[in-house]
Amino acid sequence: MAASHLLEVKNLTTEFRIGGSVIRAVDGISYYIDDGEIVGLVGESGCGKSASQLSVLQLIPMPPGNIVSGEAIFQGIDLLDFDPDGEQIRAVRGGKIGLIFQEPMTSLNPVLTIGRQIIETLVLHLHMDRQSARKRAVELIDLMGIPDAKQRIDNYPHQFSGGMRQRIMIAMAVSCNPNLLIADEPTTALDVTTQAQILEILRNMVKAFNTSLLIVTHNLGVVARYAQRIYVMYAGRIVESGTVKDIFDNPCHPYTLGLLKSVPRLDEPKGRKLVPIVGLPPNLGNMPGYCAFWPRCSKRSPACKKKPWPELRLISGQHYTACDYDFDKK
Amino acid sequence: MSDNTLLEVKNLKMYFPVTKGLLRKTVANVQAVDDVTFSISKGETLGLVGESGCGKTTVGRCILRLYRPTAGRVIFEGQDISLWPKDKIRPLRRKIQLIFQDPYSSLNPRQSAGDIVGEPLTVHKLVKNNREYRERLGELFRMVGLDPGMQDRVPHEFSGGQRQRIGIARALASNPSFIVCDEPVSALDVSIQAQVINLLQELQEELKLTYLFVAHDLSVVRHISDRVAVMYLGRIVEITDWETLYENPLHPYTKALLSAVPIPDPSLEEKREQIILRGDVPSPMNPPHGCYFHPRCRLATPECSRVKPPLRQIADNHAVACIRV
Repeated sequence: MAASHLLEVKNLTTEFRIGGSVIRAVDGISYYIDDGEIVGLVGESGCGKSASQLSVLQLIPMPPGNIVSGEAIFQGIDLLDFDPDGEQIRAVRGGKIGLIFQEPMTSLNPVLTIGRQIIETLVLHLHMDRQSARKRAVELIDLMGIPDAKQRIDNYPHQFSGGMRQRIMIAMAVSCNPNLLIADEPTTALDVTTQAQILEILRNMVKAFNTSLLIVTHNLGVVARYAQRIYVMYAGRIVESGTVKDIFDNPCHPYTLGLLKSVPRLDEPKGRKLVPIVGLPPNLGNMPGYCAFWPRCSKRSPACKKKPWPELRLISGQHYTACDYDFDKK
Repeated sequence: MSDNTLLEVKNLKMYFPVTKGLLRKTVANVQAVDDVTFSISKGETLGLVGESGCGKTTVGRCILRLYRPTAGRVIFEGQDISLWPKDKIRPLRRKIQLIFQDPYSSLNPRQSAGDIVGEPLTVHKLVKNNREYRERLGELFRMVGLDPGMQDRVPHEFSGGQRQRIGIARALASNPSFIVCDEPVSALDVSIQAQVINLLQELQEELKLTYLFVAHDLSVVRHISDRVAVMYLGRIVEITDWETLYENPLHPYTKALLSAVPIPDPSLEEKREQIILRGDVPSPMNPPHGCYFHPRCRLATPECSRVKPPLRQIADNHAVACIRV
């Protein structure tokens, strides 16, 4: 393994204390991302994919949240050592690590022009003066493919369509030349054609500036098209990881397999019955001592219930799974 | 039309006035649905796809007569219902039902699941006494895969998928022949989506239902539909069977829409051609001249900005509204 990754998260655990019970949203996950890489983090709602990203930047409200343990080594420095309200972490957020959220309407300030919001970032992180910051902001808006950037910069968020707002979010996130972009469900609220536009812009950013991109999503198609490596999360843990080819051609966790079988595909023949994953995701406040996927698993055996949730084991190359079932044996 | 036709929509138009000033003078019209024609046979599923604001939901609502269409006809079981007054519409709703998109906001949070599902039974007077009511309620719950013992719970005690099942049970309560499914799975997680899609398909087979399936997700629509109509800015641009849609799409918008949907197969994705559309959908208040799609179209010629292309039949079961194909 390479000596140092751009970001390496080790054994991250985050808990929320709600109504007397402790909910372990992120349960000892480890992952990394290298320079210029596009990595997908896949899972369904409530699996901890967003919570893990917010934890890395210490954006979890504390309390009720609590980062119990773990490290997030970014360019050799552990981000979790910083004071959550201190100068150092604030220089990273929006500076070296850019964030793009799902809801562009709620993450932009409705009473400030978009220009002011982009300029604010530039002044704060790059210490630019207002004039050159404004020039740079116009360039950025233009780069995102929004026509008439010079006029549009003085518009308010409500004057833009959903897709354009998301482009403004991206402009803001890339404004300080970040080393890493974290896009949390960047296109979920958007139409498919707009989704394609936005993801294309992100891919171009990665190519042009050698930025790394972490896409958090539930859409398997999106990761298949854009990502090089994937982490699949379930109930707060990473259950499978590997290159896109590993995961899609040879899924080795029953959950990944289940996800792939449950989505309709554009190119499949008619009449294939979807195979849903039975049941519901577990209640994170009341986890069993064994594999949390057991109640929904198609490959389960009584033996699974007698041992703790399996650790990730190597299959080949970079392909890991947290399941002891031997998929080759059939 | 053949005897098998359940629903026909002819030249349907739905304009919403934009008013201004004290006298509420109409200054413009939002042309939500502009000249839409299609028909659905008994037992068939017609998919209606398009992006937000293309008028697909409005079409569904005109069929349910939640709106009174500006022009055009909606013919259900041989009768033109487009101008029926309210008191005549209500009994009709027994036969035409709706499944909503958002299982969170479409259920009354203060009603128990049993009351939600049972309400149509009392409204339409479909049961004679309490015993029959209880029996039918239990039957409906089992039909959608819910435990009848959960009747006394309120919506927030159910998961998203279960709530959507409650919505489906309610729609089925009055024994409808036709159901408009308006984005029924788009608010659900992938593993739950498949459960609901399968349920809708099983119910269709069992109860001989006819669906209008309105959604933006092409892969879901294609999976469930026999035929698919693609809408853009209030008009149908292409209508064909599910197979031709993927194998041989003709309208440039359909092609762009298909290419925008990623397939969960990385090897295939490497080879696929991607068409990225420029810009945004124009405002339906002020649509472009000629073909509504021409400002974003790769094939557009000057003529496209003059002529409004009609939907023309180019093969059995395949019609397209483009002068360049």
